[in-house]
Amino acid sequence: MLDLIAPFFERLYETTGLNFSPFYDQYDWNRFVEGMWISLKLIACIIAVSLVIGVLGAAAQSSKNRPLRWLVAIYIESFRNTPPIVQLLFFYFALGAITPQVDMGGWYEPVIGSFGWSVIALGIFGGSYNVEIFRSGIEAVPETTVEAAESLGFSGLKTFIYVTLPLAFRICLPALTNNIISLAKTSSLAYVIAVPEITYTLNGIWSDNVNVPEMMILLFLYYIVLVAIIARAMAMLERRLALPGYGQ
Amino acid sequence: MNRLGPIAAIVPPALLWSAPAIAQQTGELRESAFATLVIWMPFIFEGFVLNLLMSVLAMALATITGVILGFMQISPSAILRVPARLVTHLFRNSPWIVILFAIMFLVPFQVTLPGGDTVLVPAWIKATIGFALPVMANISEILRGAVMSIPSGQWESAESLAFTRGQTLRHIILPQCIRRMLPPWMNWYALLTLMTPIAAVLGVNEALGNTQAAMEAAGARPEFLVPFYLFLMGIFFAFIYPISIFTRRLERRFAAVT
Repeated sequence: MLDLIAPFFERLYETTGLNFSPFYDQYDWNRFVEGMWISLKLIACIIAVSLVIGVLGAAAQSSKNRPLRWLVAIYIESFRNTPPIVQLLFFYFALGAITPQVDMGGWYEPVIGSFGWSVIALGIFGGSYNVEIFRSGIEAVPETTVEAAESLGFSGLKTFIYVTLPLAFRICLPALTNNIISLAKTSSLAYVIAVPEITYTLNGIWSDNVNVPEMMILLFLYYIVLVAIIARAMAMLERRLALPGYGQ
Repeated sequence: MNRLGPIAAIVPPALLWSAPAIAQQTGELRESAFATLVIWMPFIFEGFVLNLLMSVLAMALATITGVILGFMQISPSAILRVPARLVTHLFRNSPWIVILFAIMFLVPFQVTLPGGDTVLVPAWIKATIGFALPVMANISEILRGAVMSIPSGQWESAESLAFTRGQTLRHIILPQCIRRMLPPWMNWYALLTLMTPIAAVLGVNEALGNTQAAMEAAGARPEFLVPFYLFLMGIFFAFIYPISIFTRRLERRFAAVT
């Protein structure tokens, strides 16, 4: 792959001074690819964690247990109304200092590294939005549908899993798409705790080669393409899941 | 509304709960982490004032440019529409920190005035511009969405009354849009304020930068981390939470009317 494009970008550098070093230098290429891979892994993990929290939180909010509902409300308000970057630093530095260390045979390493903490912190942050999104979806499921499930002998939990949740998921899909895209963008905040994702690795490359504008273009391009892919995938999912005669 | 009632009461104690827990750990240094925090509070607040200043300036800049960009997006001429659409998409789909990096590195750190003097551009001003760009793109999109959501009958009846396009926009469409735009506009202000600590990464001495500097100056003991960061989150919470409650109330009121 690199052999194919390297001559072009080398010539581009010689003739115009545009230094896209990841496209002809093997070392920078490896860093660039590794950064993209870690960024994609990070985004996938953050979204997965936030979706799980969203479903659990929405289920807890529709329960009859009042303290549990308050607890979820406190969680939502405290994470939505404080800066995500401070949350990330708090998790990584403050809680990371308290978590136990494992003996790696000579040296000690924390159980959860910077990647793990950024998944936890940003996952919880994104989850606080997802709870509200899922809850609005659940509230939009018609009462009569739930009653019909009840009359067929479904228990409360089974109604939630087999009837309410699948319908709620379809209703809140547009809002969910927005939040997933915003989470994908927020994943770049992991830069501040030195997770080697794309922003961090490209920063390393532009520090080494002093080619800030070129790497900036690459970074913008990466995120725009990523967001376009996510948006397209979610639109496809929406179309696949659409129930004939239900909703618009 | 009663769902939110208890939170205001619970959060301040939550800020304090960390202090005794830390003091227990350290034994002879009882309460010292919390006492240190009290000493450094004014310094952190000083930083927070800069956060507020950056958020207000960035919001003003974003509102003005965003509205212009929004009008360009709904303009009938493609020369205005296409570039506006591109700019909006570029800044809507890029992370805050990336836009901030771009502004920090690509905008010169000093400018030459027409008189020949060179003036240094402070980092916080560049950060303010960096924060304004994503909000600008979103306000542009909010304006476009609001204009689109006005029923086409309004346009047609205005046309039948011989209003020009400009008159229709100014006297008929925009008055209806402002009400729809206010809640999302406030949401974006809250989000913008929550993003301002990112400027600390680039060396602006706002609340997060000052908190970290204070922890360093006080001896960089690990037991500072929890109370200092919780205090910082507490300041932001105290400022943002009332705004988000007010926004939600507005949203509900406007939703009930229309």
